[in-house]
Amino acid sequence: MSALTLWLNAPQRRRALLTVGSFLLPILVWCLVSYLPFVWHPQVLIDEPGGVDYFQTGMRVDRSDFADQLADMAQQGLPLPSGSPANPIYLPAPHEVAKAFYSGFTSPPEQKNAPWLHESLWHSIQIIFWGFVISSIVGVPLGILAGSYASLGRLSEPFIEFFRYLPAPAFGALAVAVLGIYDGPKIAIIVIGTFFQQVLIIANTTRKLEATLIEAARTLGSRGWRLIARVVVPGILPNLYQDQRILLGWAWTYLIVAELIGTSSGITWYITQQARYQHFDNVYAAIIIIGIIGFGSDLLLARLGRKLFPWNTGREKG
Amino acid sequence: MNAPQNNSQPSYLEQSPEVRERFQRIYDRETILEVRQLSKRYQTPQGETEALRGIDFKVHRREFVCVIGPSGCGKSTLIRILAGLDKHSDGDVLLDGKPVNGPGRDRGMVFQGYSLFPWLTVKENVMFGPEMSGHTRNTADNQARQWLDLVGLSKFADSYPHQLSGGMRQRVAIARALVNEPRILLMDEPFGALDAQTRAKMQHHLLDIWKNLDITILFITHDLDEAVYLADRILVLKPHPGEVQEIIEVPVPRPRTPAQFDSPVFRATKARIEALIHPPVESGEDEENNPEAGPMIRFTNVTDNVE
Repeated sequence: MSALTLWLNAPQRRRALLTVGSFLLPILVWCLVSYLPFVWHPQVLIDEPGGVDYFQTGMRVDRSDFADQLADMAQQGLPLPSGSPANPIYLPAPHEVAKAFYSGFTSPPEQKNAPWLHESLWHSIQIIFWGFVISSIVGVPLGILAGSYASLGRLSEPFIEFFRYLPAPAFGALAVAVLGIYDGPKIAIIVIGTFFQQVLIIANTTRKLEATLIEAARTLGSRGWRLIARVVVPGILPNLYQDQRILLGWAWTYLIVAELIGTSSGITWYITQQARYQHFDNVYAAIIIIGIIGFGSDLLLARLGRKLFPWNTGREKG
Repeated sequence: MNAPQNNSQPSYLEQSPEVRERFQRIYDRETILEVRQLSKRYQTPQGETEALRGIDFKVHRREFVCVIGPSGCGKSTLIRILAGLDKHSDGDVLLDGKPVNGPGRDRGMVFQGYSLFPWLTVKENVMFGPEMSGHTRNTADNQARQWLDLVGLSKFADSYPHQLSGGMRQRVAIARALVNEPRILLMDEPFGALDAQTRAKMQHHLLDIWKNLDITILFITHDLDEAVYLADRILVLKPHPGEVQEIIEVPVPRPRTPAQFDSPVFRATKARIEALIHPPVESGEDEENNPEAGPMIRFTNVTDNVE
């Protein structure tokens, strides 16, 4: 076996390699579609209009239309139009998106007073943060209590179970009526989208705590409030942390809908604005940034989790 | 309570003068735990089940009592009721003459499964009881060190439970229960999950602890050797419903050593318990003891015989 295959076959490297591969594969497909004209390229980007009245330089027309016009001009003996195969405007090539990614942070926005890309992002992150914090302040304790005390669980959970089927965006108009048109209703949508799942999931996690631990604590003289603070909470903490990570991911999925409510703001405002001017490279760049922030923060939290709960080794894979 | 004389195994009732004197000394001590006409019924989808019926016994100070019985005889239910983790349906559980109501520090408990708090170090696990009873961290720390010393785990004070072997974890669990200085230590098959060698060491270790402390122990097991080796008296339960079949005074003299496993008194006592919990089966009654129940289907090559 060659040294290279040995190097590649080490289990950790194999894992890292597959992880990188899982990102490279879709990018490779994107490259193939973008750079190999025979793969798709259903349109023609006009270089020279020739004799066609309505053709303009930089315009995209369907391949069949171009072929028709080409034949037509040839017949009439007028100058021939020329162009190169191209993908539709809504599918920019990777390098264009990469350039937009860079220029989004370096060049000022086209309109005066419009926020920079990073300002839009920061606004979105704040919406998520406050929505998630407000939901957690009530949801986590309520979940733990509902999981610890059967009667409280039965009192609260059926209604919450019902409520979580109501789609959060449905409350958009109501949230605007109550909270105005700025950040209030956006945060409210995130809270509504997160809170009800949160209570149920955390109550369930609490119920899964090893019963022997509670019983041991009770025989050692622990009860009531102290039992919850000293045994239930630390006992479920690693799993609670995982739950919160997943819930934070869900909160992100509510972001775009939330930001459309009232006056559009944040990264959503940026995306819709860029799409309006057909700057689809910027649109893709913004979408990818959302992914990077979400995925990156989750990786960070997973790593932090392993540091925070050293006793949890082997029981859980982050 | 004793069963009528059994002629085939007479020697388990014969006690040497020292043993008889020892039992006299035990019975002269005060009663720590008294169980009177205890019964437990609970509802199942199949109707009401009687787990325990009319249990009666007393445990004296510094006595070591084992409870033994086949699976399903309610021995775990019994110890959970004594610990206050389950409620009983009828009868009384009296500790120092006062009725037991819920779990309390006066009854320490060691569980079969690993019940240590995984997020606390060994020392913090032992400190849990004292802290719950309002001692300062400093006092709790001192007490914990003292008890870890007793079970020989001072070196592992700052380890987490998952870093310890099974036997060590149970030693921590014992220290954690004892630090509260309970009147009685309840042990629910504490060595059941350990391998044979570790289990033997732990039995020896437990007897050492028991000898050197003012502690009364009620110990649940399904292992006959373990029960005879450890106990002053053995409470034999029978299943469906759980009832006391016999309370056996173990005639094996103390101090106990593993060498006694082969002595006639030890074997006679063991044979008696064996006969009580595995009575000769009447035909077709016990499925577990009847492996010939049906023809065994062969899943391997017919010519490939292992015997």
